[in-house]
Amino acid sequence: MSYTPKMHELIQAVEATRQRRYDERHARLTPEEKQQLLENFHPDYRPDTMRPIKVGVSRGAVMPHELVDVLESWSRLDPDKFPLDKIDYDVDVLIIGGGGAGASAALMANACGANVLLATKLRLGDANTMMAQGGIQAADKAHDSPNLHYLDVMGGGGFANKPELVKALVYDAPLVIKWLEDLGCMFDKEPDGTMVTQHGGGTCRKRMHAARDYSGAEIMRTLRDEVRNREIPVLEFSPAVELLSDGEGTCRGAVLMNLETKEFFVVRAKTVVVSTGGFGRLHIDDFPTTNHYGATADGLVMAYRLGGRLVFLDATQFHPTGAAYPEQIVGLLITEKVRGLGAQLVNTYGEQFVYPLETRDAVSSAIIRECLERKKGIVTETGQPGVWLDSPMIEKIHGEGTILRSLPAMYRQYARFGIDMRKTPIIVFPTLHYQNGGVDIRDDTGVTTVENLFVAGETSGGVHGRNRLMGNSLLDVVVFGRRAGIAASERARHVKPGLLSLAHVSRYHKELEEAGLAKDKISPMLLPPYTRYQSVPGADPAV
Amino acid sequence: MEEEKVRIFIMGKAYEVPKGLTIMKAMEYAGYQFIRGCGCRGGFCGACGTVYRMPDDYRLLVGLACQTVVEDGMYLTQIPVFPANKATYDVEKLRPVLSDVVKLYPELTRCLGCNTCTKACPQDLDVMNYMAAAMRGDITRAADMSFDCLMCGLCAARCPAETVQYNIAILTRRLYARHVAPRAKHLASRVGEILDGAFDQSLDEMTKLDRAELEALYNQRDIEPE
Repeated sequence: MSYTPKMHELIQAVEATRQRRYDERHARLTPEEKQQLLENFHPDYRPDTMRPIKVGVSRGAVMPHELVDVLESWSRLDPDKFPLDKIDYDVDVLIIGGGGAGASAALMANACGANVLLATKLRLGDANTMMAQGGIQAADKAHDSPNLHYLDVMGGGGFANKPELVKALVYDAPLVIKWLEDLGCMFDKEPDGTMVTQHGGGTCRKRMHAARDYSGAEIMRTLRDEVRNREIPVLEFSPAVELLSDGEGTCRGAVLMNLETKEFFVVRAKTVVVSTGGFGRLHIDDFPTTNHYGATADGLVMAYRLGGRLVFLDATQFHPTGAAYPEQIVGLLITEKVRGLGAQLVNTYGEQFVYPLETRDAVSSAIIRECLERKKGIVTETGQPGVWLDSPMIEKIHGEGTILRSLPAMYRQYARFGIDMRKTPIIVFPTLHYQNGGVDIRDDTGVTTVENLFVAGETSGGVHGRNRLMGNSLLDVVVFGRRAGIAASERARHVKPGLLSLAHVSRYHKELEEAGLAKDKISPMLLPPYTRYQSVPGADPAV
Repeated sequence: MEEEKVRIFIMGKAYEVPKGLTIMKAMEYAGYQFIRGCGCRGGFCGACGTVYRMPDDYRLLVGLACQTVVEDGMYLTQIPVFPANKATYDVEKLRPVLSDVVKLYPELTRCLGCNTCTKACPQDLDVMNYMAAAMRGDITRAADMSFDCLMCGLCAARCPAETVQYNIAILTRRLYARHVAPRAKHLASRVGEILDGAFDQSLDEMTKLDRAELEALYNQRDIEPE
């Protein structure tokens, strides 16, 4: 699957201007230009990408349409008829979601002596955690400090972050790296044991720890192995479809569904930790995504119906350079390092249209403008727009061998499909990367406004404010997963099990009805509708 | 424009699908909504191990469904889960030596050196030789060579000696990182400082700063050179 003849023709225009661009430095945006660019083209700023939600505790809050759609949907259960008298699992702590946050929570709750059940939609470890390449931040070197890390996180988040949560994040960072080192997680080290650390976007110290370019995978498989070693009960392919309450605002468990047999299970739990990840697979504003198959915002939907407030969900992180070709890797991340090494963004006429190292939101907007408004982008055979990222410029600047040395994973990714990024440019388009906001957590244990309900990881909001920095999401899932696991098991000691109810869902349904919302939509989505037949109106086998 | 199609056989049943799709997207095009056999969709998670054969070829080939393009005549099935043996252990109490590995996985010594596992690896790892390293008790080399393993299970599915390469591999990596690699001294000392409360007061004060004060501090940061 190398480039088509037509693409090779287009590449000639890029090659024709390479020498000229070698000497050319594209002007940086003025603050006014940048603001205008963002307002006109960044999906966060465009009013047509969002609307206020009509129901629930955050009624009136503006969020992306695709998210509001799943929030303004009906339960899979009829709350007035679904039987709750037979309890299938009776536990102290129920953890919903088997990524980095869920596995960390399970390990800590188990270590605290709680009777834990972890339920997850796909396999244990099927999560965005597994896909994180870059690394994990922690201020563990002498010339760095948690205080400097704190400043970086706040600055990156537009100073909108919740201070108490940021404090917990940076305070725990070295502690969790030590915890992972003790568990036998294979971090990159110097021969004397010193951690190899690098910069990330927005860091003032080199504090990005990595495990080659499989950082998240190495952390996730270590945590998963440990969950199995401790024989913590795990139900795979068993997503929660609704939380259970006491009839009012206290969480008391969840209803799970076996994805394959569609059998339902009632779990009574003293406390519940929701760690189901983000919303990438809702394809906000039709963007491709870097996210895992399971990232369908299930936890947001369930927590919201029970009264969990939602914050910062109007802020979505788009990474400017997702792969746009070949089709097999559309949406996958092309690391910022490619531009850092000198690759320029170029349109079909071989012209630069933005300084390549503007902030992520600005570069994304400029690429969108170039493709959708100015029509100077490429459109691939599958209809995917994109622009050139002129990777051969890297070796023109730094010499032959630079790409193999500095970007080996990237090189292999393209070589697999017959594209040699040392010789030909690659095609990129912004990709939906991260849900900055989520369920509001009240303090640094991850407890929500709903009693006995904890949220950790990408499902939560407030830690990263309006924008997360690279290396802080792997950190977030481990820090807040551990904290939620500990707090949920402590809290469980003081909770007496009681009546289970879906009354909160009945009330939510009533609100939906009063808002005049159609009854044809059901959530949580669980699986994204990617089969051909799911787009035929009136013939949707998923419903 | 008429799309160019190829004919593939998904678990024996023929489908016409557009040329150029990955196996994963071709199956979705054919109408399969994945429950199993689909994970990160980006080559990191090992959920979509697939075995296939091409016409007029007796050999079984392997690939990740999310990374392999369909070809005309491809006859495929997925192996989304494999009932492999997984030992349970406390990594802290183990030693990075052959005898401790063999105690947990006695089948390690049954390896025939046939190299089928290497041929079955969609990551192109040299599986047989990392197993050989493990059998020599060279934990460091086994950990290093197996590092890119996605734990898809195809090696174990094909192994005539019924060893579980990928589970042995993660054991060697955890043993290496826990017991062989030198500890990060700077990390231990920072953890000590944190637990002694060295940052408690200053961090607390930072959480009380207003936005203007924080912004001023942020803008004054000195940036460590590349």
